[in-house]
Amino acid sequence: MTTAVTTAAGAVKLKPKEYRSAIEPTWCPGCGDYAVTAAICNALSANGVDPDNAVIVSGIGCSSRLPLWMRTFGFHSAHGRAIPVAVGMKVSRPELTIAVTIGDGDAFAIGGNHIPNAARRNIDMTLIVMDNGVYGLTKNQNSPTSREGLPGSLMPFGNIDAPINVLAFLLTYGATFVAQAFAGNPKQTGEIIGRAMTHKGFSYVNVLSPCPTFNKVDTFEYYRPRVQDIPADHDTGDLLKAIGIAEHALDHQKNPEGKVPIGLLYQTQKPVFAEKVDALKTKYKGTDTPDWEKILDGYKGH
Amino acid sequence: MAIDLTITIAGEGGEGVISSGDFLMQAATRAGMEVVTFKSFPSEIKGGYALSQLRISDEKILSQGDGFNILVAFNGEAYSINKPLLTPGTVLVWDGPHGDFEPEAIPGVTMYNVPMTHISKQELKNPIAKNMVAMGSVAGLFGVPMDSLKASVAAKFKRKGQEVIDFNYAALQAGYDYVKQNHKKTDPFTFPPARPAKDVITLEGNQAIALGAVVAGCRFYPVYPITPATSVGNYLSELILKVNGFVYQTEDEIAAIAAAIGASYVGIKSFTATSGPGVSLMTELLGLAAMAEIPLVIVDVQRGGPSTGMPTKHEQSDLFITAHGGHGDVPKIVLAAADVEECFYLTIEAFNLAEKYQIPVFLLSDASLSLRVEAIKRPDIKSIRIVNRDAARSAVDPKEFMRYKNTPSGISTMGVPGVPGSAYAATGLEHSEDCGPRTSAETKTNMTEKRWRKLDRIEEETSPIEREGDADADVGIISWGLTQTMVREAVVRLRKKGHKVAALYPKVLWPVPVRQIEAFAASVKTVLVPEANVQGQFAELIRSKTSVVPVKQTLYRGEPFLPKEIEAKVEELINANAAVPA
Ligand SMILES: Cc1ncc(C[n+]2csc(CCOP(=O)(O)OP(=O)(O)O)c2C)c(N)n1
Ligand code: SF4
Ligand SMILES: [Mg+2]
Repeated sequence: MTTAVTTAAGAVKLKPKEYRSAIEPTWCPGCGDYAVTAAICNALSANGVDPDNAVIVSGIGCSSRLPLWMRTFGFHSAHGRAIPVAVGMKVSRPELTIAVTIGDGDAFAIGGNHIPNAARRNIDMTLIVMDNGVYGLTKNQNSPTSREGLPGSLMPFGNIDAPINVLAFLLTYGATFVAQAFAGNPKQTGEIIGRAMTHKGFSYVNVLSPCPTFNKVDTFEYYRPRVQDIPADHDTGDLLKAIGIAEHALDHQKNPEGKVPIGLLYQTQKPVFAEKVDALKTKYKGTDTPDWEKILDGYKGH
Repeated sequence: MAIDLTITIAGEGGEGVISSGDFLMQAATRAGMEVVTFKSFPSEIKGGYALSQLRISDEKILSQGDGFNILVAFNGEAYSINKPLLTPGTVLVWDGPHGDFEPEAIPGVTMYNVPMTHISKQELKNPIAKNMVAMGSVAGLFGVPMDSLKASVAAKFKRKGQEVIDFNYAALQAGYDYVKQNHKKTDPFTFPPARPAKDVITLEGNQAIALGAVVAGCRFYPVYPITPATSVGNYLSELILKVNGFVYQTEDEIAAIAAAIGASYVGIKSFTATSGPGVSLMTELLGLAAMAEIPLVIVDVQRGGPSTGMPTKHEQSDLFITAHGGHGDVPKIVLAAADVEECFYLTIEAFNLAEKYQIPVFLLSDASLSLRVEAIKRPDIKSIRIVNRDAARSAVDPKEFMRYKNTPSGISTMGVPGVPGSAYAATGLEHSEDCGPRTSAETKTNMTEKRWRKLDRIEEETSPIEREGDADADVGIISWGLTQTMVREAVVRLRKKGHKVAALYPKVLWPVPVRQIEAFAASVKTVLVPEANVQGQFAELIRSKTSVVPVKQTLYRGEPFLPKEIEAKVEELINANAAVPA
């Protein structure tokens, strides 16, 4: 293992592979999540993130194993709960770099209540969902992002439900950075994740990360001809235009001509949660060395 | 006790019953008295029967007592509910004429009418003034200093302006004048004369928890509101900002416990407070905290259950879920506070134990204790022991650092973000000493034993448990939480009558303090465990962990024990034993 060399600016210079721990991934060969791991390492390296001041938090699922392969701090927590665990870290120690890496089931089924509340508060962290449209770890059940008709072990006859539109979901709940990436293009995915991590506020990257073992439809081969970069002239500050892109992001599931948008849909600057908390601490004259006698005097009655 | 006066104010929720009690409480504290309060009201915002009781003495008060000396009845319902307690020697102050009832004469009971509703509606043109009229009459009848009541009124309405304060003064005066002009005092009760105020601070149960947490070093409080735990957060929200901490309202209790775990992982002491339904949700992550070995404090302010049950009512029925809750083998500690002072000190103790052993620690309180107000000796903050976790504080060699090192105590050094070389990935998966996921029989066995070894030392660490009473008692009482205060009072009375009685007052309920309970049981003929739940939950834990077979005394009506009920049960046991030849 390498101990990071901190530069004057507080940034460190580490190669992407130096962000990996000694533990080797246990994913199936061909799993999209390998590329996501590489992309995250690239992003951390490019951004000069100090691994001793970064925590990668996950839930439970194939994808959620990711922090175990990393040399940063990590917390492989409980199914659905990565976001509130990460929120606790970020709100209590805002100076840390916090990223959450989870699967689509973790994010939108069991943990579905947590995204809206972290997003609307603009907590400065990055949520990376490895979206394979399936529950991988429990061996092939449909997830909230599974397309209609996709067979799963509890619906062998094919999914009778419609998927949720995750990009629209995040835009609606107030995420201040919303992007989509494709694990088939690790370099671009790394760049998008890198931008997400430098964004001040709640950033979201939906990474289409195929599960070749269980999802036989949404494969690398399926996506490759369909992915299409969001046009360079798209106004990323325009929420309605971003929602317009999101609205058509799943068209490809019904329409053979449909495209899968890749890149940044939306980015805006809003005060982050920690700034508001800081203002309150200042207002209340917060101190690390409180005058206890003065505090106790407040309980003497009138 | 030279002075032992209990005043009960009862009426309709929203009529100012509770604030009246608070005003009298403040007046008594200002007079240098010891005060213990008891409040009870329905969970509706307005309406329903509400009661505020305060017991005033010049000596340490053991419990809230059995009844009252003076009843102030705001309406007919309050009168009829409390009628059985209007025994000879008591006093009734009632709303009339022109109220909604007329009490019948009871031999030996002194009755004073005060037209509280009439005066407030007709003379003051504002029904809201009713409780102030009542307080004024109480001042006139029993000598509560008016300037003291006025000071409380002024403090409470400071933000609303002088006009509101003056209006309330007028209402107080109207009640005062009425009794002076219409009644001749015939009862013996007078409010104690002012003495030099003691060096005390006055706290509500939940307020003591909030203050204790901050003193313990807590700087993050993620929470989802639930009665009767909510006010812990209310008391913390501004206080914690003054020490650079923050109260964070989460989307549910699962998020609250998750966020507390996250904050604790990055080295910030944090806790959350909840009640029954929230405990059920939080149970989800107890195993994670135990497996990842994260210090975690959860306060459970118990209420009547199961389900929504009776949110504002007293019950001690979460011992099983807190001791046994969580899937798999989850080592944890359960503490229970008996009074307001313990709410403060045991909150600190809960943090200390969580920090030291890196496990979940529950502190149990309850709806009655949450609202109980007591004046406690001003804490000497500097002398309070604060334990901080075993954690890397300066750079460590990553090749050497093993987060889950299997030590003899079971405790290993935590890594802390920001400390170079101490990076590790915590996981809820079974893992090796250096965090790698493992499924081998050897690792599972060793690491399970590592985590459970931490509990081996808890009884020693938290000893000795207070024992009181006769060395060779006929009946020995083991109780927990608020019930201990009633037991104390019962023990004093029983011993005064010449009975041989003893009591043990454990604060750590889980792991069960086996050695000391065995020793106590060996010193008494019969062990009695009174507790406010139907199953006899602590009695069952004692039975399962020791050789002791206690007699259960259970109660589940939503109100705490009365000392006389415990007294009667002990006498029943003594008589039964005496009837059986040895
Ligand atoms: C409380 C709980 N319920 C169920 C499970 C079982 N479980 C583990 S992972 C998973 C779904 C994983 O799907 P996803 O989040 O999409 O991750 P993937 O494996 O596809 O990467 C489920 C249901 C669990 N671990 N915990
Ligand atoms: S089952 Fe699917 S998601 Fe899981 S490791 Fe294998 S390929 Fe990846
Ligand atoms: Mg998935």
